[in-house]
Amino acid sequence: MKKLSARRRHPLAAVVVLLLALAATGGLYIAFAPADKAQADETAQSLAIDEGKRLFSVGCASCHGTGGQGTSDGPSLVGVGAAAVDFQVGTGRMPLQQQGAQAPRKKVIYSQAEIDQIAAYIASLGAGPSVPTKNQYDPKGADIAKGGELFRTDCAQCHNFTGEGGALTHGKFAPSLENVDPKHIYEAMQTGPQSMPNFPDSVMPEQNKKDIIAYLHAVNSDDTTSPGGLKLGGLGPVSEGLFAWIFGLGGLVAIAAWVAARTAKARKS
Amino acid sequence: MSSTTRNASRRQAPAGERVADWADGRLGVYSLAKSNMRKIFPDHWSFMLGEVCLYSFIIIILTGVYLTLFFHPSMNEVVYHGSYVPLQGQLMSEAFNSTLHISFDVRGGLLIRQIHHWAALIFIGGMLVHMMRVFFTGAFRKPREVNWIFGFLLLVLGMFTGFTGYSLPDDLLSGTGVRFMEGAILSTPIVGTYMSFFLFGGEFPGGDFVARFYTVHILLLPGIMMGLLVGHLILVFYHKHTQFAGPGRTEKNVVGMPLLPVYMAKAGGFFFLVFGVIAIIAAIASINPIWAIGPYRPDQVSTGAQPDWYMGFSEGLIRVMPGWEINFLGHTLVLGVAIPLIVVFPLVLVVIAVYPFLEAWVTGDRREHHILDRPRNAPTRTGLGVAWLTWYFVMLVGGGNDLWATHFHLSINSITWFVRIAFFVAPVLAFLVTKRICLGLQRRDRDKVLHGRESGIIKRLPHGEFIEVHEPLDADQLHTLTAHEQYEPAQLGPAVDENGVERQVSRGEKLRTKLSKGYYGEGNQIPKPTVEEYKEITSGHGHH
Amino acid sequence: MSNHDIPEENLPERSTAHGEVSVPDENPFADPGLPPHEHRIQDIDEGAARRSERTVALLFTISMLCTVGFIASYFAIPRDKSIFVFPIGHINAMNFALGLTLGVALFCIGAGAVHWARTLMSDVEIADERHAIEADPETKQKVLADFAQGAKESALGRRGLIRTTMFGALALLPLSGVFLLGGLGPKPEEKLRHTLWAKGKLLVNMNTDQPLRPADIPVGSLTFAKPDGLEESDEDFQQQIAKAALMIIRIQPENIKDKRELDWSHDGIVAYSKICTHVGCPISLYEQQTHHVLCPCHQSTFDLSDGGRVLFGPAGHALPQLHIGVNQDGFLEARGDFAEPVGPAFWERGAEK
Repeated sequence: MKKLSARRRHPLAAVVVLLLALAATGGLYIAFAPADKAQADETAQSLAIDEGKRLFSVGCASCHGTGGQGTSDGPSLVGVGAAAVDFQVGTGRMPLQQQGAQAPRKKVIYSQAEIDQIAAYIASLGAGPSVPTKNQYDPKGADIAKGGELFRTDCAQCHNFTGEGGALTHGKFAPSLENVDPKHIYEAMQTGPQSMPNFPDSVMPEQNKKDIIAYLHAVNSDDTTSPGGLKLGGLGPVSEGLFAWIFGLGGLVAIAAWVAARTAKARKS
Repeated sequence: MSSTTRNASRRQAPAGERVADWADGRLGVYSLAKSNMRKIFPDHWSFMLGEVCLYSFIIIILTGVYLTLFFHPSMNEVVYHGSYVPLQGQLMSEAFNSTLHISFDVRGGLLIRQIHHWAALIFIGGMLVHMMRVFFTGAFRKPREVNWIFGFLLLVLGMFTGFTGYSLPDDLLSGTGVRFMEGAILSTPIVGTYMSFFLFGGEFPGGDFVARFYTVHILLLPGIMMGLLVGHLILVFYHKHTQFAGPGRTEKNVVGMPLLPVYMAKAGGFFFLVFGVIAIIAAIASINPIWAIGPYRPDQVSTGAQPDWYMGFSEGLIRVMPGWEINFLGHTLVLGVAIPLIVVFPLVLVVIAVYPFLEAWVTGDRREHHILDRPRNAPTRTGLGVAWLTWYFVMLVGGGNDLWATHFHLSINSITWFVRIAFFVAPVLAFLVTKRICLGLQRRDRDKVLHGRESGIIKRLPHGEFIEVHEPLDADQLHTLTAHEQYEPAQLGPAVDENGVERQVSRGEKLRTKLSKGYYGEGNQIPKPTVEEYKEITSGHGHH
Repeated sequence: MSNHDIPEENLPERSTAHGEVSVPDENPFADPGLPPHEHRIQDIDEGAARRSERTVALLFTISMLCTVGFIASYFAIPRDKSIFVFPIGHINAMNFALGLTLGVALFCIGAGAVHWARTLMSDVEIADERHAIEADPETKQKVLADFAQGAKESALGRRGLIRTTMFGALALLPLSGVFLLGGLGPKPEEKLRHTLWAKGKLLVNMNTDQPLRPADIPVGSLTFAKPDGLEESDEDFQQQIAKAALMIIRIQPENIKDKRELDWSHDGIVAYSKICTHVGCPISLYEQQTHHVLCPCHQSTFDLSDGGRVLFGPAGHALPQLHIGVNQDGFLEARGDFAEPVGPAFWERGAEK
């Protein structure tokens, strides 16, 4: 105790107390924050549509209605097509965990086979865009520069210059496109999930979509080179300003303190 | 002295002295060096903040000159054929093309570009911090008001030099910022449209603004800043540096180390340290990657479009302003843009410039001040300073509201409303809280002087009582903690003069009296301990 | 309000706290004077001083090595080589190598110099006297007298005609400079009121450069268009697109709340200016579920199903709509220019008609 009482007047004591308090608050938050829901149960193989219908009635019907006709909690799925299902379920956005401003991307609950079954069932309700094939979205041979121009015209207003994402109204947001599966990018453009408008082939042909996917891969993926060094989140002047203040001015003030400080005296006074 | 002895001494003198002799005969360097070579500078880390600005300014000029060798300030459209693949074959202006060339095809070009831009951010940040130091310690008081104005002008010109600089590459982000500026100019009543057409040489964006900004950025503004900077430094030398109170430090002297050799080495060395830190930052962190942003086109945009940080408060102002627009007699008054950018934006800055004169008017103090105030000993001034900073920070939050929304999962609309309210409320709260804290610290100083320092050692007295041992302060500390001056609040004086005639009390005088009470009245500062109080407590009673 | 009538008693006293060193018995708070100098380890221990010297020399040596490294990197590293550096990621090798060697070379010179100053140069504090900045009365009198003499000899006060005409000439002269600035740009005239859109101009898809048909545009989609004939390579492309950029969406006609919007649409297809009415950002964050469009720059929000009305944010008036229809070949066309100026408001704009 004596040690403690001697140290509580240490200049750093306040910092230590603050850190402890922050750690405690964070711990409490984690303890009380909502946890992920239980996983869907396993199912046996059956006919795709029947099995899809069964999966649908268990996992989706409570919001979208037993026949996919929609309820007050979820929109009608008639005519949205297989691509919409593959996107929404394949990126974990559906099934929804809780009602909110928008469905966030999260852990995928269903296997790809199950997703295909649900998609087949939804596609049987009404015609809509089908799941794209690999050669539709494969960016090989696409024009990256043209993709960049298209991205800046059609996508950057919501998703930022290189697909870092951005804010929409009332808590909605355009998600980051970093490392998103090309198939899902293609499906999103095709189907226009949630707030996003769609970009059908009639206004944005398949080649355009490929170009955009190729551009995204070139500027925002794990292999992307950031020539100047740290990307700082790719968020532009705000993160650059923070960096300049914290590391630039912070570092220089620390150095100034060293330059101006007195050198230790031989005898302790 | 005869000519023979002079010749003899010249022959024997070392080469350095002979050069100095030559220069003295033409420039009078010995007289100049007499008062300056061993000039005293006090040691304190916060006195080096101005040096951060000076050195980053020099770095900006050095790297800027290098960049002009490669940059083409032209808006002619060209097709890109450089080495950055994702822009191959794109149409862009020569300005953008040459910036890509600097970044990808000139060896070390990217490094110099990044040093230039990082140094600019640090330069303006440094000026703000330096100004905060001068403000909170009261170093702006007589005789340094003029130098405060010089510094203020450097800050404002630095902001605009930065703005014109980052607009030069003609990329999509800075182009959006220039468009914003065009909108702001258009909102000016009566002459707005003409000003816009004159600035852009016609309709926005036109083909002229990069060349015009270039002249402003590399010649006009830095030229003025250079002049102000020289004036600023001459005045620092002339006034001699301020110092904090302490043993042996008075209003009549300055205590520290001599320029030669200590400050030559420390300040000279600090230049290399600042340059080194900025170069290392430029090596590891990317800034303004225009290749990822793309060339400017007025029909394209990206979310997250913000200016560099020093313009962020104007961005916040305009984002949270309600869209007021008045139409009358076929004219439009665009209050939603004009109020934040043409009224509030200059106001935020001008209050900085006029503060020293306001405070001098309130105190009526016309003496010189060379001993610095500790911020706690000027609670109202410190409170006002923190209130301004809070205001500034609230506007920065408003300027980045979209990033706050995405990173903290908030609604952009709620943040905007929060900022609208905080714009009025937060500075007031900050003022009150800061003043309380200052007064609390003043009380603690008072207790320390009168009762000594809490040692942290707990003693048990024979009758069982526990006490904490207080150690008396030594003479140095006693002096340091009581050296500050405390003003009396101004009085209005008798309403009736000696002849019984009612005195006309001007409105200004009433206001001054009121302000003076707010600064120095009862409850707005803690009376510092008097010698009598100290003697009464220390004689006999011992320490509790 | 002058400061001359400030009673001196409001100013704090200076003599007790500063200046004279008095006897502590009388005033315990008096200035005890500069404390005696204390030695550093380096001042009394030659070994420690040697160590400091070696540290400084080492720092200067590192700086030299780094400069050599800088030159070597400049020649040896290919311009476009990319390397992975933990934790920064994939970066350009040359920028990293040049920046780091230059930075360390500079830093070490600074660190060496400062360490030298801190440990080996004298750290005895010296007090320097300040001198009054204000001139003494004699000097002041002399200057004032000189000025009066000069002014008198110039006879400026007596020769009123010279004075008046001189000030007049000097005041007028800068006007030449002001008028020279008039050449900076043309007069605005009606330029901000008109765009390239005109009756019969086809709506051309920005992505494909093809004219649009109603069937191309499903509900929930977002398309950007430019007027037929405007090409990116045109000399005035930037000025024209800054006003003419168009966004096209389709809403179920029964969901369109504004009567005029419905009249100016074609089968639920509506065309709005892409340029924000606030300060001119290309507004286009279209939320297809609510038909709201948000400006990414300052968050003005417009309702595209209700005449482009402002819902939120700093914009002062609705987004202008373009009257469209279909020509005999089945392509979407404009039925005229915008009825009001697009983009930010300005003094001459006037109210909406």
